[in-house]
Amino acid sequence: MEIVTSIVAGILFMTATYLMLSKSLLRIIIGTGLLSHGAHLLILTMGGLKKGTVPLLDEHAASYVDPLPQALILTAIVISFGVTAFFLVLAYRSYQELGTDDMDQMRGNDQK
Amino acid sequence: MTFLHWAILFPFLFAFMVPFLYKTFRKIHTGWFVLPLPICLFIFFLQFLPGVKYKEGIVQTVKWIPSLGIDFAVYVDGLSLLFALLITGIGSLVVLYSIYYLSKEKEQLNAFYVYLLMFMGAMLGVVLTDNTIVLYTFWEITSFSSFLLIGYWHYRERSRYGALKSMLITVFGGLSMLGGFILLYIMTGTFSIRETIAQSSSIADNGLFIPALILLLLGAFTKSAQFPFYIWLPDAMEAPTPVSAYLHSATMVKAGIYLVARFTPVFAGSAEWFWIVSLFGIFTLFWGSFHAVKQTDLKAMLAFSTVSQLGMIMSLLGVGSAALLFDHFEFYSVAILAAIFHLINHATFKGSLFMVAGIVDHETGTRDIRKLGGLMSLMPITFTIGLIGAFSMAGLPPFNGFLSKEMFFTGMIRVLNMDVFQTETWGFLLPVLAWIGSIFTFIYSMMFVFKTFSGKLQLENLPKKPHEAPIGMLIPPIVLASLVVIFGFFPNLLAYSLIEPAMKSVMPSLLKDGEHFHIHISHWHGFTAEFWMTVGVVILGIFLYLTASKWKRVYDLQPKRMTLNQLYDHSLKTAGKTSNRLTSFYMTGFIRDYLVYIFAFMIMAVGATMIIKQSISFAADDAAPVGIYELILSIVMIAGSITAVLARSRLTAIIALSSVGYSLALFFVLFRAPDLALTQLVIETVSTALFLLAFYFLPELQKKDKTRRFRLVNFIISAGVGGIVTLLAISASSERTGKTIAEYFLETSYSLGGGYNVVNVILVDFRGFDTLFEITVLAIAALAVYSMIRLRTGGKDVEENGFKNE
Repeated sequence: MEIVTSIVAGILFMTATYLMLSKSLLRIIIGTGLLSHGAHLLILTMGGLKKGTVPLLDEHAASYVDPLPQALILTAIVISFGVTAFFLVLAYRSYQELGTDDMDQMRGNDQK
Repeated sequence: MTFLHWAILFPFLFAFMVPFLYKTFRKIHTGWFVLPLPICLFIFFLQFLPGVKYKEGIVQTVKWIPSLGIDFAVYVDGLSLLFALLITGIGSLVVLYSIYYLSKEKEQLNAFYVYLLMFMGAMLGVVLTDNTIVLYTFWEITSFSSFLLIGYWHYRERSRYGALKSMLITVFGGLSMLGGFILLYIMTGTFSIRETIAQSSSIADNGLFIPALILLLLGAFTKSAQFPFYIWLPDAMEAPTPVSAYLHSATMVKAGIYLVARFTPVFAGSAEWFWIVSLFGIFTLFWGSFHAVKQTDLKAMLAFSTVSQLGMIMSLLGVGSAALLFDHFEFYSVAILAAIFHLINHATFKGSLFMVAGIVDHETGTRDIRKLGGLMSLMPITFTIGLIGAFSMAGLPPFNGFLSKEMFFTGMIRVLNMDVFQTETWGFLLPVLAWIGSIFTFIYSMMFVFKTFSGKLQLENLPKKPHEAPIGMLIPPIVLASLVVIFGFFPNLLAYSLIEPAMKSVMPSLLKDGEHFHIHISHWHGFTAEFWMTVGVVILGIFLYLTASKWKRVYDLQPKRMTLNQLYDHSLKTAGKTSNRLTSFYMTGFIRDYLVYIFAFMIMAVGATMIIKQSISFAADDAAPVGIYELILSIVMIAGSITAVLARSRLTAIIALSSVGYSLALFFVLFRAPDLALTQLVIETVSTALFLLAFYFLPELQKKDKTRRFRLVNFIISAGVGGIVTLLAISASSERTGKTIAEYFLETSYSLGGGYNVVNVILVDFRGFDTLFEITVLAIAALAVYSMIRLRTGGKDVEENGFKNE
C-alpha cells in the first residue's frame, strides 16, 4: 500500500510542479494546494500504513495506528490553509492593483 | 605603550584635532598647526641615529591580539630609521610647501591635512613595525589615504578616475601581500619579521616558499609602480602637487622598495628572487624613462621618471641579493649600497623637482611644456633648484645623482662576473638595459629643465603672468636642493650613520658580530667602465635631445589600443559588462525560471545523492496490503490532479482541486485518522469557498481561443520532481528501521495526559507548543488578509478608475 500512496503523492507533486511553473497566478495557487495535499499524504505514508485501530484509547484494541504523524498533519493542514488564504487574497489584491494575473507581466521594473 | 608607539599614533590622534583647529582658527592657515608635528617626529627619530650605528635594533612590543600572536611590535633598525627620517623630514617640508600652495580661502584644508596626517602615521607604521599583520594594516591605510588624497579635488572626473585606479591596483597588491604573509606564517609559525628572518634557512625548501615570494613581490611591485603595475602612478598626478611630491615620489611608492629590502634576508639567495626583482626592476627603469621622454606635462614626466628610478632601486636590490652567495661579498654588495644611497638621493631631488613643477604650475597656470619656456629670467631661484634637481636626476657630477648612478653601473657590470643563476646567459641584459635607460633619463631630465626655463617666453599662451614664487614656497625645494649638493660634495657624510646600518639590516647574515661594511663613495674611480658608460650617456643623450623632433615618431609605433592603460580600462569595462551579462542571463525576472532552477537543483542534488549512496530500494515485505477502496481513491486523486492541470476554466480546476482534497479526507478515514478527516473536510470546504470567492474577481484561466501550449521543459522538471519524491518515499519506507515513539504516546496518553484521544492529547499536551504557534500563524494570516484588503497604498486614482493599467 505504501508504494501506491507514494506513487499517488509523486503524481500530486508532479502536477503541482507543472502548475507552479505556469504563467497564471491562479494555476500557481492551485499548484500549491495540490502540493500540500501531496505532502500530507506523504507524511501519512511515512508514518506507516499498518492496520490498527483509530488512536482512541477507549476502543481497547490490541494495536493502534501511529498517532504522531496524524498530529503533525493536523498542524500542517491548518498552516497551509492559513498560507493559502493569505496567498489567495494577495492574488486578488494584486489583480485589482495591477490588472493582470500573468506572472510574466508582474516582473519588477528594470531600471533600464 | 612606549613613546615609540605614540610616535606612530600621534599623526592619527592629531588628525582628529585638525577639523576643530580648522573651524576655530579660520584666519590662520591650518597647515601651521600641522607643521610642528613632523618636525618634532623628525627630531625624535634623529636621536636613534647613534643607537642603530653600534648595536642591534630596538624592539618595543605592545599586545594587540595576543591570542593570534599579533602584537603591535615596533622595531627600529638602520633601514626603518632611514625610512622614518625620510617620511618625517620630507613630510615637514611638504607641509610647509602646502601652506603656500593651497589657498586657505578656496580649499577644504581640514580634509587635506586629515588625509595627509593619516598617511604619515600609516607610513611610519609600515616602516617601523615588526609584525606582518600590523604592517599590512598600515599598508592598507596608506593605500586608502592615498586614494583620498588623489581624489582630493573630487569634483574633477580625472581625479576620481586616478583615485579609483590607484586604489584598485594597490589594494590588489596589498591583498596578495597579505596572502604572502599568511603563507610565511604557515611556514614559520610567527608573524614577526625578525623571527621569520631567523628561520629563513629552514623555509627555502618549503613548497610554499615560491608562492609566498611571488605574492609578496606582487604587493611590492604594485605599490612601487613596477612594470606592468606602474599605470596608476601617472594618473595619480591629479592629486595636489604637495601630495605628488610626498606620496608619489618620496614615500609611499618606496613602501614596495622597503618591503623588498626588508624581506631580502628571507628570500635572497634563491634564483627566483634574484631574477624577478632584477629583471622587473631593470625593465621598469627602461620603460619608465623611455615613456617619460614623450610626456608633455611636467608632472606626468616626473611620474614616469619616478617609475623609472624606482625600477632602478628595485633592480639594485635584486642584484645585490646575490651577494649572499659569495665569500667576497663586499664586491657584490655594492648594489645594495647603491640602492640605499639612491633611495635617499631620489627622495631629495625628486621631491624638489615636484615642488618646482608645482611652483611653475602655480605661477603660470599651466604644466604643459609646449606652452612653457623662457622662465629663467623671471624665476631665477626656481630655475636654479630645477637645474640642480634635473642634473642630479640625469646623473651629472657634482650632484648626488651622479654618485648613485656610477654605483648603479658598477653593480650592474659586476653581474657579469657572477656565475650563478645562469647570469652568463642573460646577465648582459642588466647593464645594457641600465645604460639605455640612463640615456633616456638624461634626455627627459634635460627636457624638464630646458623646455621649461630656456627658449622663448610665450606670454600669450600662459593663463597667468609669471613671477617668482613666494619665499615660503621656495624654502622646501631649496632645502632639498641643498641636500642634493651637500650629499654630492660630501657623500660620506651619511655613510656610517645611516647607510651602513641600513645595509646591515638588508643583509644581516653577511656580517659577524662587530663587523661593518666598508663604505667609501668617491667621485673619481679612474678610467673605468662606469666612467665610459657615463660619458656615453652624456654624449648620446645630448645628441638625442637635440634631434628629439626627428625620432619622436618612434612612440607612434606602439598602437594606441595596445597600451597598458587601454588594457586596464578595457578589462575593467569587460569585467563589468561580462558580470552584467552573466547576471541578466540567469536573473531573468521571471518567477518560472527561478522555480526551474530550484526544482532542477533539487532533482539533481537528491537524485545524485541517491545514486552515489546507492540508497534506492524497493522492499515491500513490511508494507500494508493494498485495499480496493484505497486503490479507487488513488485513481480519483490522480484523475483529479491531472484534471486540474488540463482544465480550461477556473471552475473545473477548483473542483478538481477539491476532489483531490476530499479524496484525501476519505484516505484519512480509511487510514484510521478521524480528526484529520474532520479537519480536512472542513478546511477543504472553506478553501473551496475561498477559491470561488477570490476567483470570482480574477480572470479566466486561459483565453478561450488560445490553445494551451505544452511545455516540454516544464513537463520534464515536474516529472523529475514527482519521480524523485516517489523514489524517496518508497526507499524511505522500505528502509524503515527502529521503533517509533508511538508506544509511549499510546501508553501514557491517559495516565499523563488524561485523555483517550491520543492525537488531541499530543496536540495540546505533549506537543502543545506546535499548536500555540500554529494558532499564531492563523492569527497572522487573518490580520494580514484584513490589512491587505483595508490598507490601500495605490492611492485614490486606483479606486476611482478601477484597475490601474500599465
